[in-house]
Amino acid sequence: MTTALVPFQFIGCVELRQALDHRARDERELLDRLEDVPPGSIFYHTHGYFLRHRPITTAYGNDFAAWVAVHVRDQVLAERLAVINPFEMANLEDLREELMSVVHDHLLRLSTVPRVEFGEVFHFQQSHIVEVPLGPAATTLQEFRTGLAEVDASAIYFHMVEARARLGRRSGDFAEWIRGGLGRPALADRIQRIDAYMTSLERVRARVLALVDAELEEAGA
Amino acid sequence: MITIDDYRRVAPPGAVDMLLRLAERVRERRLLHVSGGRFGGGSAEILHTLVPMMADLGVDAGWEITGGDPGFYTTATALRAALDGAERVLTDEALDHYVEMNRINAKKLSLDADLVLVHDVQPSTLIERRTGQSRWVWRCHFDCSRAQRRAWTFMRPWINQYDAAIFSLPRFGRRLGIPKYVIAPSIDPLSEKNRDLTSREVTTILRGLGLAQDRPILLQVAPFTAAEDPLGVINAYRLVKKHYNVRLVLAGTGDPDREGVEMLAELREAAQHDPDIAVLELPPDAHVQINALQRAATIVLQKSVHESFSLGAAEAMWKGKPVVGGFAGGLTQQIIYDVTGYTVHSVEGAAFRLRHLLNNPELIARMGAAGREHVRRSFLVTRHLTDYMALLIHLTR
Repeated sequence: MTTALVPFQFIGCVELRQALDHRARDERELLDRLEDVPPGSIFYHTHGYFLRHRPITTAYGNDFAAWVAVHVRDQVLAERLAVINPFEMANLEDLREELMSVVHDHLLRLSTVPRVEFGEVFHFQQSHIVEVPLGPAATTLQEFRTGLAEVDASAIYFHMVEARARLGRRSGDFAEWIRGGLGRPALADRIQRIDAYMTSLERVRARVLALVDAELEEAGA
Repeated sequence: MITIDDYRRVAPPGAVDMLLRLAERVRERRLLHVSGGRFGGGSAEILHTLVPMMADLGVDAGWEITGGDPGFYTTATALRAALDGAERVLTDEALDHYVEMNRINAKKLSLDADLVLVHDVQPSTLIERRTGQSRWVWRCHFDCSRAQRRAWTFMRPWINQYDAAIFSLPRFGRRLGIPKYVIAPSIDPLSEKNRDLTSREVTTILRGLGLAQDRPILLQVAPFTAAEDPLGVINAYRLVKKHYNVRLVLAGTGDPDREGVEMLAELREAAQHDPDIAVLELPPDAHVQINALQRAATIVLQKSVHESFSLGAAEAMWKGKPVVGGFAGGLTQQIIYDVTGYTVHSVEGAAFRLRHLLNNPELIARMGAAGREHVRRSFLVTRHLTDYMALLIHLTR
């Protein structure tokens, strides 16, 4: 079995939330604030949704869609926001543009701006990620498999979401190491193609494990 | 004695290992909590758990408290109430005295630490005595978004001297010149209020309280104040009672002021005419009784109309109970609508959801299980401690 020269270190993460002085009471304010807030806030309310909602997957893919559905009670805009897949965007500015474009287009079709009547105002936040190295480092695919099965779910988020969207490692850390460290480009491609949108971190873990298991079985056969 | 390893059986998988790794990173740093006292609920209740846990993790953690004369306590209490939105008279003399007492406190206390977490109002002006490179953070446990103007005008310059503030919800804060972090409070799953009880223990405790378990129990545990809407709960129960033979238990502590006395009298009057309503005035340390009541309940209500971040819903969900709560304060964070319970806006809404649940018993079990998992991930003390250690790392790197 190939041994990587550079071992893979699993890194879990803690999300430290920070409230911003931006809020929205209606969909027009949502549009205005989307333009103003720092990119970290766009990240927090879209990609970060998957870290916060890991135990119970809810029906919305991001905080904006959830707020519009639950508090503004505008199901049409909620549906349109929910289908925006943050993982398909090249960067956070593209994601911001897409969100704004959807809200803007929706407002053009309305005579009055939907607003919160009995719900809560939307408070924009951002987060700081504190990295925490977890478990022993892996140097083989078997060790990687063992570590992945046991590691805290936040490590799945860090290596599959944070690394791609905020740290500029577009393939994700698992695929990058398996390709570069273990020389298994086909497996790396399959892991890179896993769709992390609208699923739980545990399901993503299970999919990566299934791919690795298949590879190990093939190598052993 | 409870150790950090005991939390492995209740916390999410990997949570304790995460704490151990975080502790390794902060081992050379000192974290000091400063609060207004060691007894009662709120910050003191959770610090009784957090500080020993930190020590067990090998983190250098301390806890100091401020004290003073009756005038100091009166002003601090009034200032806290005014910051929470209540109308209070705050004179310049009283506020000056409050600040002066904290100057005396500062001379007595050892405030050297890498991170000083100052809890709530009473010790807040200690910030003027900060020294060296230490970082100071104000931890606000209540909702100060609707603070009285005079109280906030006094408080804001003090808070702005801190390096950061922490609020339990984003909407609980106000505009400040410092970063505002968001950390939700938590429950200790191994405390007397939340630890597992056998069904025999539950039955014995309920018998001691004079309650039978022969019918479904609807329960609200909350102070007997208008903010918790116990009369609304009775009205919702009466609507439900037309269709279901249930009992209602209102358990809580009375408020010694006039409003509290009147409220308790009204509740007792209502209970006098209906043997299926029980009003239990419990002492502040009736933790195991509350635990047993929540475990015996079929559905728990938390029908507050004005809440800070009361953890009654989280406590009930930890015991596998669906919660019907008011659309207020931290309840909308604790209750995931249609997953762990329902948030409602009216008496009729509460009655409707109670009937809905009683009519669909399988929902009670499903929501109860979902609620317990939600609390396991989001509202246990292990998560709270993780957040504090992450803050220590973030602010002192």
